[in-house]
Amino acid sequence: MKEDLSSQAYWKATIKLLTNILILWALVSFGAGILFADMLNKIHLGGYPLGFWFAHQGAIYVFIVQIFYYAKRMNDLDVKFDVHED
Amino acid sequence: MELQTTIYIGVGLSFALYIAIAIWARAGSTSEFYAAGGSVHPITNGMATAADWMSAASFISMAGLIANMGYGGGLFLMGWTGGYVLLAMLLAPYLRKFGKFTVPQFIGDRFYSKGASMVAVICLLTASITYIIGQMTGVGVAFSRFLGVSSETGIYAGMGIVFLYAVFGGMKGITYTQVAQYIVLILAYTVPAVFISLALTGNALPQLGLGSNMVGTDISLLSKLDSVVTDLGFGQYTTTTAGSTLNMFVYTLSLMIGTAGLPHVIMRFFTVPTVKDARSSAGWALVFIAILYTTAPAVAAMAKLNLHATVNTAVMKGGDLYAADASIVAEGRPDWMKRWEKTGLLKFEDKNGDGRIQYYNDKSKNEAAVAKAAAAGWKGNELTVNADIIVLANPEIALLPNWVIALVAAGGLAAALSTAAGLLMAISAAVSHDLIKNVFVPDISEKNELLAGKVSMAVAIVIAGWLGLNPPGFAAGTVALAFGIAASSLFPAIMMGIFSKGMNKEGAIAGMLAGLFVTLFYVFAHKGIFFVKGTDFLPMIGGANSFFGITPEAFGAVGALVNFIVAGIVVKMTKAPPAHIQAMVEAVRVPRGSKLVTGSH
Repeated sequence: MKEDLSSQAYWKATIKLLTNILILWALVSFGAGILFADMLNKIHLGGYPLGFWFAHQGAIYVFIVQIFYYAKRMNDLDVKFDVHED
Repeated sequence: MELQTTIYIGVGLSFALYIAIAIWARAGSTSEFYAAGGSVHPITNGMATAADWMSAASFISMAGLIANMGYGGGLFLMGWTGGYVLLAMLLAPYLRKFGKFTVPQFIGDRFYSKGASMVAVICLLTASITYIIGQMTGVGVAFSRFLGVSSETGIYAGMGIVFLYAVFGGMKGITYTQVAQYIVLILAYTVPAVFISLALTGNALPQLGLGSNMVGTDISLLSKLDSVVTDLGFGQYTTTTAGSTLNMFVYTLSLMIGTAGLPHVIMRFFTVPTVKDARSSAGWALVFIAILYTTAPAVAAMAKLNLHATVNTAVMKGGDLYAADASIVAEGRPDWMKRWEKTGLLKFEDKNGDGRIQYYNDKSKNEAAVAKAAAAGWKGNELTVNADIIVLANPEIALLPNWVIALVAAGGLAAALSTAAGLLMAISAAVSHDLIKNVFVPDISEKNELLAGKVSMAVAIVIAGWLGLNPPGFAAGTVALAFGIAASSLFPAIMMGIFSKGMNKEGAIAGMLAGLFVTLFYVFAHKGIFFVKGTDFLPMIGGANSFFGITPEAFGAVGALVNFIVAGIVVKMTKAPPAHIQAMVEAVRVPRGSKLVTGSH
């Protein structure tokens, strides 16, 4: 069967990518940084309690990686579905 | 060289640089004025976005707030960076593809309605003007301390400079000036942090220093700080949350979606050449922002420790913090304290008349601390430190050389000015382009449109200045309210415009109005109607933070939820958007066919 390369399929692939990224996004900030911070504080990363580290440092690093990952994957999707610019 | 002279030279040089760039890059056409001709490289745009974004609140207030709040302050760090993930994925590339100058223009076209566009203009103006108050307060603080004038004079001076500067530049001038301002502000922020981190932990990277041991000991900096502050009756630094966990959760979410919905930030993504660039540019912006945001928690914790160490010698030496000779003699307090006392932002009052400064939490619920304070004959906390001075006074507290202090002065002003310019740009575009050109005088000439933009900037500066003189709270607190408004009105409307093909104008308008109304109602109940003192109506809503203990600053997420729900209900009762609008949404979703940003229809 030929792969579906319609604009509906492109949009579906986009939404799937966004959902996956947003789940991790929520896990590191609202999860590790807030809801589970107390639990994670029992573990130490150097002099940092881990939950505190996520809220004050870690979440930010993850966000940066996520945006570049998103940009890369979207550009690949654009090419695959032949909707890229020029 | 005298400290004051060094500061004048540092600030003077930075101003000369900005004005030179603004003159070099001044705008000739409306496309250059609103969108820098759509020709800015994504990394350059990322840097400019970072300067635009990092305001007086980020630079001046944030570390101070974190120092006071401890762990709970992380909501600012996560909220103000996490929003960029939403912006990069949900809004920026699609709005770039859409290819117009302003956010209300997108909303007006997508919802085929001038009414929707008008509502967006109102939301944009409310958010931007609230936001600019925080900048003006920040400018006032920086000027009053560093140039030795009163806070009022500082605000007038700030108004003058911002006006000069924003009118010269347009978006093109503003963009390149912001790149310079970014470099000034990031050096100003990180250089003192590196010095202080080295001195306290021996680690030059503040991000690692915060997780390191104190020099010459095997106690980590954070556990040292925890033990000092809890002993003095404050909450434990690494675990104290901002209100309830629910409030911290909602507050963080409000800042995230508010960040993504702020028009002056969104506008920046109209200046890059392609959709692809819009995606990566958001990533670059976050890299440049993160350099400051990951340094801020180190600055906060280290400044807090240094401050305690300054007034209590037992902090560094060890031993009893409550010993009679541990608190420093008031007469011998460092010069920087005397300098800040003049601004009224730092106050010392010898309550027990022993000639020494006792700095502790006299409202503590920690009984051990209360008992120790009583036994030591302490009659109440004697030192009040405004959170806004932590960053500005930081190099002085750590006894760093004069040029570092001058650099911080220039950095604080760069942060406030670059953000103010970006906001004025958004306000001016909304008034001249979305109101005057699209609604009142459609056949206005390009020259007159530019003139109208400049006049609206002037009016906005005067309003912001007046509100800056009568500010509703902390600089960062005021800014947080702007986020609530952006989160509850603009973000949901734009997002539904892209992700829900069936969203119609009735749904979008009802949603925006409902979101804005609940948020403003809750905020005004706490802070007064349009922040005018004495017009608050708390009893009517059942007391402060009556909605599940959520503070007004954190209410934007609730407003956004109301917006989505109302829009979702209304759209079911009204008819679907016309076919050509649905086709437009389809077109916005794919990058192919993007063209230079223009204002035409």
